[in-house]
Order: sequence, then structure tokens, then C-alpha cells
Amino acid sequence: AAFAGGADDDTLTINGELEMTTKAPAPEHLDGIFDEVISGWHFRSDETQQLETDDFDNPGMIFVDQAMDEWNTAEGSEGKSCADCHGDPAESMAMVAATYPKFNEEAGELRTIQMQVNDCRVNRMGADAWKYDSGNAVSMEALITSVGRGTPVQVAIDGPAAEYWEKGKELYYTRTGILDLSCASCHEQNYGNYIRADHLSQGQVNGFPTYRLKNAKLNGIHSRFKGCVRDTRAETYSTGSPEFVALELYVKSRGNGLSVEGPAVRN
Amino acid sequence: MRLTAITAAAVLVAGTAFADSVAPDSVTYDEYGAVEASLTGAPGDAAKGRDLMINRGKGNCIACHEVTALEDAPFHGEVGPALNGVGGYRTEAELRGIVANPKMTFEGTVMPAFYKTSGFTRPGDGYTGKAAQGEIEPILSAQEIEDVVAFLMTLQDS
Ligand code: HEC
Ligand code: HEC
Ligand code: HEC
Repeated sequence: AAFAGGADDDTLTINGELEMTTKAPAPEHLDGIFDEVISGWHFRSDETQQLETDDFDNPGMIFVDQAMDEWNTAEGSEGKSCADCHGDPAESMAMVAATYPKFNEEAGELRTIQMQVNDCRVNRMGADAWKYDSGNAVSMEALITSVGRGTPVQVAIDGPAAEYWEKGKELYYTRTGILDLSCASCHEQNYGNYIRADHLSQGQVNGFPTYRLKNAKLNGIHSRFKGCVRDTRAETYSTGSPEFVALELYVKSRGNGLSVEGPAVRN
Repeated sequence: MRLTAITAAAVLVAGTAFADSVAPDSVTYDEYGAVEASLTGAPGDAAKGRDLMINRGKGNCIACHEVTALEDAPFHGEVGPALNGVGGYRTEAELRGIVANPKMTFEGTVMPAFYKTSGFTRPGDGYTGKAAQGEIEPILSAQEIEDVVAFLMTLQDS
């Protein structure tokens, strides 16, 4: 269980077999900042932690099941489903969550999972794009992360991704709003401390999409970012904005080495 | 008669965002970040200061500070030091400076400035996530700063 002073020492095994890496040596780019990177799971209560250890108890898995139906359903002018091109997601999608956001050479842009899914929907299926972080989009993202669980996060930050990463890093350290706080004020300088009733984690994204007991639904990464920026009494960026895409890459790279954990359960 | 008139004036002054309080951009900090002069000229009300420290939409000081005297309000944070006894080891001027703009005392601190209206990046309209409209209000008014300082001065035992 989580108490003042930091992360607990519990270990996370899912369905009695999948051993998760929830603490890992910090990636090189965090030299001098962290020795260890820690999943948000370690900062939650025993009761909340428990819900993530079994897919039958994890409410996020209900949305994964719904997305599986979607996966097999043909949609759009081309009459194709995801399954028509990608077969069994457990095989075709196993490495996606660990490596996205990822630079797409052909399109010349950094893509999040949701951007890539929408690209397939619009350009290959002739279907509508899903609104960023909407129910359908987050559920599909959860299906894709669920089959990647246990794989270490390993997003590339060099080559064409470097400029996005730099931009994300700048956003991470920029103090915003009337409260004048940056992501680092809370998640780097103060993780392990309570801020009012909330136990601050490192703000990692390896567990996303997260099922939150507070709002009883799956929550996307950008929606979480938006909530945190809003809490500094600032004007936020929008979900799906270039700023949040870059920030997602940067924050995800701070968790390189942690297991993909989504859909995780949080309070 | 005279006395009553003065009291009435002070009440009027405390109750409104009155013209002769020092504006946020005009506060004079000394080299250590302390603010000698009262921001309003009117004394602070410690009981109001107490409420402001607990109130989430106002000071919300206990989000970051533990204060034994405020134990009746739930959930005290740990981001800043406990404030027990702070009125004993800090002067009123130091406390006024710290609450108005703690960056003048502690360089780079995460503690927000409660009496500041400029120099922000992407200031928002309260907690809506939207851009601030028009003039930015300080989180606490001049009199509210004085009220909080008055409460802090009551914290004598650590
Ligand atoms: C008509 C074929 C087609 C359909 C239908 C289709 N995709 Fe794709 N998808 C592709 C191709 C081609 C690629 C790029 C090559 C690759 O990485 O496999 C791709 C790539 C992806 C990737 C990135 C894989 C990686 O390893 O980088 C994801 C994620 C993805 N698709 C999800 C979906 C989802 C979810 C759906 C349904 C909503 C869908 N796709 C529908 C053809 C399709
Ligand atoms: C005022 C403090 C504060 C600031 C500033 C802040 N956050 Fe948070 N954040 C929280 C709290 C409280 C939580 C919920 C508890 C936790 O997981 O830390 C949270 C949760 C998160 C989570 C979810 C972690 C998980 O495992 O579920 C992510 C991701 C996150 N924040 C990212 C960010 C980013 C990126 C920024 C900057 C854009 C930021 N936060 C700024 C307070 C803050
Ligand atoms: C987001 C966190 C945060 C909030 C909110 C906050 N503080 Fe602080 N406060 C700090 C930190 C951190 C310090 C330590 C200064 C430093 O070295 O950075 C501090 C220091 C102080 C000190 C100096 C203590 C000493 O030992 O000298 C006082 C007094 C103080 N705060 C009062 C307040 C009051 C009153 C409020 C509300 C009106 C408040 N704080 C709100 C974080 C916060």
C-alpha cells in the first residue's frame, strides 16, 4: 500500500502469470534526475492495486472486450475490419504500445496509437476518424495496449523523433498557469509526497489508458495531461494537439524500461 | 464619535477591493523577500485567515503544508514544510512576503504566489482550462493576504 515517503514494495503479477516490471533503472536521458522509474501502480492503495492483478477484476478489460468486437466489425466504404488486415491483435499488435508514439517515415510525422488507428480508419477503411480520446478511440487503444502488457516500454527518441522529444521535454519543464507549476514540480520534485489527499506518482504513462475509479471509465493520456495542466490554473492544450503528442513521447520515454501496463487501474 | 468613524472606515476598506491597498505589481520586497508594510493598512483577521488556508478555491495551503492547528480539516499535504510554530520563528514581514510571492524568498520554489497578477505562462480562467479573460485577479486579495498572515502569526508552538 502507498504511504508517505514514496512507492511501496509490492509486486504486480497479472492473472497469476504475467510478471510486470513496475520499477526499472532509469533510462540514460534521466541521469542525475532519477535512479529508478516507477509505475503509478506503486502509489495506489492495496484495494486499487488488487483490481489490476486479474483481468476479471479489472474494469478496464470490459472496454477491451468491446473494442475486440469493433476490431472484427467491417466499417466504412471499403467494407473492411481491422481483423481483415491485422488478423489476431495478440500477434500483430504486440509491440505497438511499447514503441508508440513513433515516427512514420511515409507521412513524415510522429504518430500516437490513436493517430495511427485513425489513419487506418480514414485512408484504408473509408470510415470516419474517431474523436481524440473518445470512448471508441480509448477502448481500441486499450485493446492494443492489453496485448502488449509486460513488454518494456522502448520508444525511440533519436533520429526523426528527436525534435518532438525536445519539444515535449520543454513542455514538461515549463511552469504554467496562475499556480506556476510544471509537470516536474509535482511528478519529479515531489513524487511520493501527498498533495492534499493525492499521493503523487512520477506521472508515468505506461499504464494508459487507465480505468479510474473516480470517473468509472477509461481515460486517455491527453485527457490526463489536460486535467493536470488545468489544475495549475492554466489554459490547457487540446487532446490530440501537436503539443500533447510531443509531450506524450517525452513522458513515455521517461518510462522506458517499465512494462506496458494498460489498461491499468487507478483511483 | 471619532473612533466609530475610524472603525466604520476600516470595515468599508476591508470589505471592498479598495483603491488604497498596494497593487500586486507595486509591492515592495526587501532583499530577502520580506514585505514590511501592510498591503491594506487594516489589521488582518486571523479567523478569516484560517478559513482561507483550508478553502480549496482560495489558499488551499494545507494541500502542501501540514498544520496541527488545522487538524479539523482533512488531508494535509507534504510538498512544503509543516508550518507549526512559523509565527514564532518568522516575522510578520517575512510571512507577508512569502505568502504574497514566495519566489522572492525561496528562489524557484514550487509554492505559488498568492498576490501576483503578471508574468504567467498560459494563465487560465480559474480551473476551467480556458484562457484567462481580462485582468488577472490575484488568488488572494490584499486583505486576504493580511488575514492569512495574521493566522500564521498565531502559530507559535512547534
Ligand atoms: C485495409 C487494410 C487495413 C485495415 C482495414 C486496417 N489497417 Fe491498420 N494498418 C494497415 C497497414 C498497411 C499498416 C502499416 C503497415 C503495418 O505496420 O502493418 C497498418 C498499421 C497499423 C498500426 C501500426 C502497427 C505498427 O506496428 O506500427 C496499428 C496500431 C493499426 N494499423 C491499427 C488498426 C486498427 C485498430 C484498425 C481498425 C480500426 C486497422 N488498423 C485497420 C492496414 C490496415
Ligand atoms: C499540481 C500538481 C500536478 C501537476 C503540476 C501535474 N500533475 Fe500529473 N498528477 C497529479 C496528481 C495529484 C495525479 C494523481 C496521482 C498520481 O498518479 O500522481 C497526477 C497524475 C498524473 C498521471 C497519471 C499517472 C498514472 O499512473 O495514472 C500522469 C500521466 C500525469 N499526472 C502527467 C502529468 C504531466 C505530463 C504534467 C504536466 C503537463 C502533470 N502531470 C502536471 C498532479 C499534478
Ligand atoms: C504547491 C505547494 C504549496 C502551496 C499550495 C503552499 N505552499 Fe507554502 N511552501 C511550499 C514549499 C515547497 C515551501 C518551502 C520553500 C522552498 O524552499 O521551496 C513553502 C514554504 C512556506 C513558508 C515558509 C516556511 C518556513 O519554514 O519558513 C510559509 C510560511 C508558507 N509556505 C505558507 C503558505 C501559505 C500560507 C500558503 C497558502 C496561502 C501556502 N504556503 C501554500 C509549498 C506550498
